[in-house]
Amino acid sequence: MGWIVFGFVAWFVGWQINVQLARRPKTRVTRLAVPVIFGITLVLIWESLVQGFDISPVLLPPPSLIAERFAASTGVLWTDFVQTVVKGALSGYAIGCGAAVVIAVAIDRFPFLQRGLLPVGNFVAALPIIGMAPIMVMWFGFDWQSKAAVVVVMVFFPMLVNTVQGLQSTGAMQRDLMRTYAAGYWQTLFKLRLPAAMPFMFNGLKIASTLALIGAIVAEFFGSPVKGMGFRISTSVGQLALDLVWAEIVVAAIAGSAFYGGVALLEKAVTFWHPSQRG
Amino acid sequence: MMRSILPILTVVAAIFAFWYLGAIWLNSDWAYDKAGRLDKELSFTEMVADTWSQDKPKLPAPHQVATELWDTTIDKRITSKRSLVYHSWITLSSTLLGFVLGTGLGIALAVGIVYNRTMDMSVMPWVIASQTIPILALAPMIIVVLNAIGISGLLPKAIISMYLSFFPVVVGMVKGLRSPDQMQLDQMRTWNASPRQTFWRLRLPSSMPYLFTSLKVGMAASLVGAIVGELPTGAVAGLGARLLAGSYYGQTIQIWSALIMAAVLAALLVATIGMVQRATLKRMGLS
Repeated sequence: MGWIVFGFVAWFVGWQINVQLARRPKTRVTRLAVPVIFGITLVLIWESLVQGFDISPVLLPPPSLIAERFAASTGVLWTDFVQTVVKGALSGYAIGCGAAVVIAVAIDRFPFLQRGLLPVGNFVAALPIIGMAPIMVMWFGFDWQSKAAVVVVMVFFPMLVNTVQGLQSTGAMQRDLMRTYAAGYWQTLFKLRLPAAMPFMFNGLKIASTLALIGAIVAEFFGSPVKGMGFRISTSVGQLALDLVWAEIVVAAIAGSAFYGGVALLEKAVTFWHPSQRG
Repeated sequence: MMRSILPILTVVAAIFAFWYLGAIWLNSDWAYDKAGRLDKELSFTEMVADTWSQDKPKLPAPHQVATELWDTTIDKRITSKRSLVYHSWITLSSTLLGFVLGTGLGIALAVGIVYNRTMDMSVMPWVIASQTIPILALAPMIIVVLNAIGISGLLPKAIISMYLSFFPVVVGMVKGLRSPDQMQLDQMRTWNASPRQTFWRLRLPSSMPYLFTSLKVGMAASLVGAIVGELPTGAVAGLGARLLAGSYYGQTIQIWSALIMAAVLAALLVATIGMVQRATLKRMGLS
């Protein structure tokens, strides 16, 4: 009973603090503090509900147990992280996005290809590409190469569509100016069109960053060596070791947020001139 | 539109050409291997013919997939467990349920975020953060846990679909509900409109274009969620189960036909929303 009361108190106090903070003018501190307090409140409510209603840790482990498990098995979590995120997701992300940019530049030179490939690319981007995972596992084996291949296929089309759109975003006036400077195709590309395409490309990179992790983890459900986050999650669920599953999910959440945040920071540094970054 | 048909057809034809070439390239090893064990010399045309008609090819040729699709959709009775229509229906039902739940949750959250400053500041960052978490990783656990407390069948899969599809709806609706500019809001004020009237007569109608765009994204995401949600259930029924069973037994043709079926399903669902969008926006005079 005490735990449930504590949960309500935590919810009430957290919400009141946030209401007070939200009334103040928006500053950097309040903008950061409000979501953090909200998150802490959620964790406290979770803990107290699990403890108060005596929910079995096989169903929903309390945050304290997850933290304990996390601290106890950092070694396992680290090898899984390296296997899935560094080897599978990051390498696939780099190859897929790199290939998409190169092909987008090539397509851009031929309007015929553009008109043909863009609708097809848009269509493919909406398909459940994750279903390619079993095929890739069959082609490239159980190790990280197959996961990277799934990630390549998943990130390729969103990145391609965004880059092609970005390359078209320069105005006629700007291109004419480059002409009057007697700039060649490559000079125009590197000095005008690629920089102008950056906001679009970063949009694609951000979408791709979340897709990459999903692809790498789900591909492991179809077969993997005895390490990796997807493998650990599916086997631990079978053993009902849900605290380890949640620890893996915490790792995935941290990795995903850090990945996305890194891309967003890079975007801020590269496209500092864009209106959306100046506000 | 007409202008793009020729380029699109060219690209599609190129994809099929590459597909056939890829089938030759990937399957030739096995063809030569088979012929070598029978001490037979394979001519080039024989080799090509073999790569396009193997039982368990590494990459099945398009016509093999088409034949399999025809066999499992038209020739089989719909109620048969081997009918792809049956499996598509299973996946479709959880996709739609998840989509409806996700859209409902998304709209509710968006209204809360637009009308409540505290919610805007505390919930919105978490909504965005929730998508950087590879949620599909949670799929096996959600299924097992819900099974343990006696909920099985449609709902667990639908919950995964819901989680994937609510995000685009929240983001789109928040943008849409905030799209009326100051002048329009002032106009509502001069008419002495209550907040409720402002919502129903100004904010909601002007959010419709945004809503439909997000619904399309949400629908595609919802289908992915339903397919992945079927993986850990042990391959009982549904397109995801067909994928998993196919990968267990090396039935590549089955994998590809399930994949094409999923693609067709996604295209149909998104096209349906597109039609509703056109009709609605036309009636509202927005397009």
